[in-house]
Amino acid sequence: MAESESDAAFVEFERVQKSYDGETLVVKDLNLKMPRGEFLTMLGPSGSGKTTCLMMLAGFETATHGEIKLGGKPINNIPPHKRGIGMVFQNYALFPHMTIEENLSFPLEVRNIGKSDREAKIKRALDMVEMGTFGARRPAQLSGGQQQRVALARALVFEPELVLMDEPLGALDKQLREKMQFEITHLAHQLGITVVYVTHDQTEALTMSDRVAVFDDGRIQQIAPPDQLYEEPENSFVAQFIGENNTLEGVIKEIRENGLALVQLDDGELIDCTPVNVSQPGERTRVSIRPERVEYNKARLQKGVHTLKAEVLEFIYMGDIFRTRLRVAGNDEFIVKTRNAPDQERLQPGQQIEIGWLPQDCRALDA
Amino acid sequence: MSDTSGPILAADGTPLKKKLQQTLFRSRARAFGLVFPLLAFIIIAFILPIILLLSQSVWDSRYADLMPESTKAVAGWDSSTPPTEEMAAAMVTDLVQARENKTIGKVATRVNRELSGTRSLFTKTARSAAKLEAPYLGALIDRDEDWGKIETWAAIKVAAKKFNPSYLASAVDMKYNADGTFEREDEGRRIHVKLFWRTLEISFLVTVFTLLLGYPVAYLLSTLPVRTSNLLLILVLLPFWTSLLVRTTAWIAMLQGQGVLNDLFVVFGIATDEDRFSLIYNKTGTLIAMTHILLPFMILPLYSVMKTIPPSYVRAAKSMGARPSTAFWRVYFPQSVPGIGAGALLVFILAIGYYITPALVGGQDGQMISNIIDFHMRRSLNWNLAAALGLVLLVFVLFLFWLYDRIVGIDNMKLG
Ligand SMILES: Nc1ncnc2c1ncn2[C@@H]1O[C@H](COP(=O)(O)OP(=O)(O)OP(=O)(O)O)[C@@H](O)[C@H]1O
Ligand SMILES: [Mg+2]
Repeated sequence: MAESESDAAFVEFERVQKSYDGETLVVKDLNLKMPRGEFLTMLGPSGSGKTTCLMMLAGFETATHGEIKLGGKPINNIPPHKRGIGMVFQNYALFPHMTIEENLSFPLEVRNIGKSDREAKIKRALDMVEMGTFGARRPAQLSGGQQQRVALARALVFEPELVLMDEPLGALDKQLREKMQFEITHLAHQLGITVVYVTHDQTEALTMSDRVAVFDDGRIQQIAPPDQLYEEPENSFVAQFIGENNTLEGVIKEIRENGLALVQLDDGELIDCTPVNVSQPGERTRVSIRPERVEYNKARLQKGVHTLKAEVLEFIYMGDIFRTRLRVAGNDEFIVKTRNAPDQERLQPGQQIEIGWLPQDCRALDA
Repeated sequence: MSDTSGPILAADGTPLKKKLQQTLFRSRARAFGLVFPLLAFIIIAFILPIILLLSQSVWDSRYADLMPESTKAVAGWDSSTPPTEEMAAAMVTDLVQARENKTIGKVATRVNRELSGTRSLFTKTARSAAKLEAPYLGALIDRDEDWGKIETWAAIKVAAKKFNPSYLASAVDMKYNADGTFEREDEGRRIHVKLFWRTLEISFLVTVFTLLLGYPVAYLLSTLPVRTSNLLLILVLLPFWTSLLVRTTAWIAMLQGQGVLNDLFVVFGIATDEDRFSLIYNKTGTLIAMTHILLPFMILPLYSVMKTIPPSYVRAAKSMGARPSTAFWRVYFPQSVPGIGAGALLVFILAIGYYITPALVGGQDGQMISNIIDFHMRRSLNWNLAAALGLVLLVFVLFLFWLYDRIVGIDNMKLG
């Protein structure tokens, strides 16, 4: 237990703020604790301060306020080259005037590691990313994916405990990206390294990470494991940003003893919801429901759940699923996704139906 | 299925190859038409004059044209035996003719270049040549005993050659002898090679100074935010918008004995009032002024290359544990080499032909080869020697270019 206590703070951001121009805060009050061996992804829209956080951790930017700790020690005054943090840059930053081997040799040479040792480590690192036969080439002679793997090998070859990756797969096509996502997570777990990974691709974040930190407006909006993040978003930004989401606006009528909240939608209908970051009756709320948690098949609807009237606007056959666009409580963009099962009804535009869901899938969030 | 055997046809039935050529010809003709005016201008105003002038460095038919008889006579002479009666007779004929045609001055000047002192020999003898009677050799020697010397006739033999390496030889402090051999000029007359070396030395030093001063500036410019760097770039470019003459004169005001800089030195006690530094009208002056004037030519190519080096390279190096100095020398510097190459080549080649600045602030030991070329063009009117010096300079620069290409590679160079 004591062990995990100290591990709990391998990387720690404590009330960190950052401003570039002295006028606006790019990072506002960042608090984050990472245990050793965790794969944490920073996810957020462009300009939300993800790269800035990474650069502060790597030492290329200084925090305006607050403290960053690595292994329990403050690192604010340690220059980048003494932090021992591996880094994969968005554009790979492979040195164009050196061969792949020389690129990998560089971090070892500056650490005064002997020649034979160096060669063994380089070979191991290149084999690890399946680039063993490319050692004599120059970066310009490799494809994007190959360069990416070399960049990864170079960040790992000196065996850092912490590796930072800033959108390393941004430039790759979808197929290669998925392959590399798998390879990176696989390697990270195999080597037991701690990884901070930056992306603005939410699928990438959900599939790769132990935990995801959703950034917006210089703050972490929510930090949680992928499933929790998707199923239990803590505010409307996260609900909107992660996955597809339906929202209905309304006002809290009352908070019941069973913990559920009664919400009156703007068109007067009443529904049961799980209150998340709302507390007072009378407060405006944005109700969020995932499209795949909505039911219209009467046989599948649970007894006692509130149902709402809906009109079918569009029905799209997508093979494995059906995607239906409905008008619900004045919202024309209400999406329902249903599995293509044998007993599933195929709806027609114009059809009037009843829809429903479980109260725990319906979350009352801030407006 | 259709025509696998015959030529492939375009949509209108003409063979595809012919059609392609037609289209290409039209676009080529258009392209040629667009560049033609400039091309013609360059050929007429630049390439042709250069070729004409440079050809003078090895071609001088003045003597042969004006003195045809003696040219023929000395051609067969072995240049070691005493002059013959036949040569003397031809010479007298030519002298009479030259005096009549009023061309004797030109002839005398030409021969004088090969052997100084012969000018008066020719003009003086020509004046009374019509009165001379056979045997001519004796008569000539009677007029002036120099006519009996082998030396004089050897100079004539050299001057009579149309295709003539003597100018090129003298451009590199060699002497071309009448018997076709070369030898070094006497110690006291070797001036060109020394001047070439000094030109090289000054150009090299100016290149090094501009690099040392320009590199940090270019680096700073490339790292600053665009708004600030644009402002600073204007300051770098400002000298471009000022006349070269004005800038050079400004340096005179700065550097001269009673100038701003020396006054400051005196004020701060670095120099005494009686013993001021001589910063101008010598090599120092040339170096200072040329370094300043050529600095933008170093900064701009450096800047344009450095601007393309992403900061992530140095960051990557540091994140891998390299100290800032290691990161600079092993990662940043090698990538800035194309800029150094371009800037250094540009500055060096501009410096090697520099003329106004050394002429104004160079004094005696700050003169460069272009100043002596200018001297021969405008003062001594020895265009042939000027052309020969120019040719040597040109060949040398081309050689450097070739060397640079071999070592760095010309396609490695970025000018912007
Ligand atoms: N060097 C800098 N100087 C001034 N402002 C900066 C600098 N770097 C970033 N910013 C600003 O800080 C904010 C956050 O930038 P940051 O690069 O951290 O965003 P990001 O989350 O990485 O975005 P992206 O997904 O587009 O990479 C942006 O508004 C950006 O304009
Ligand atoms: Mg970024």
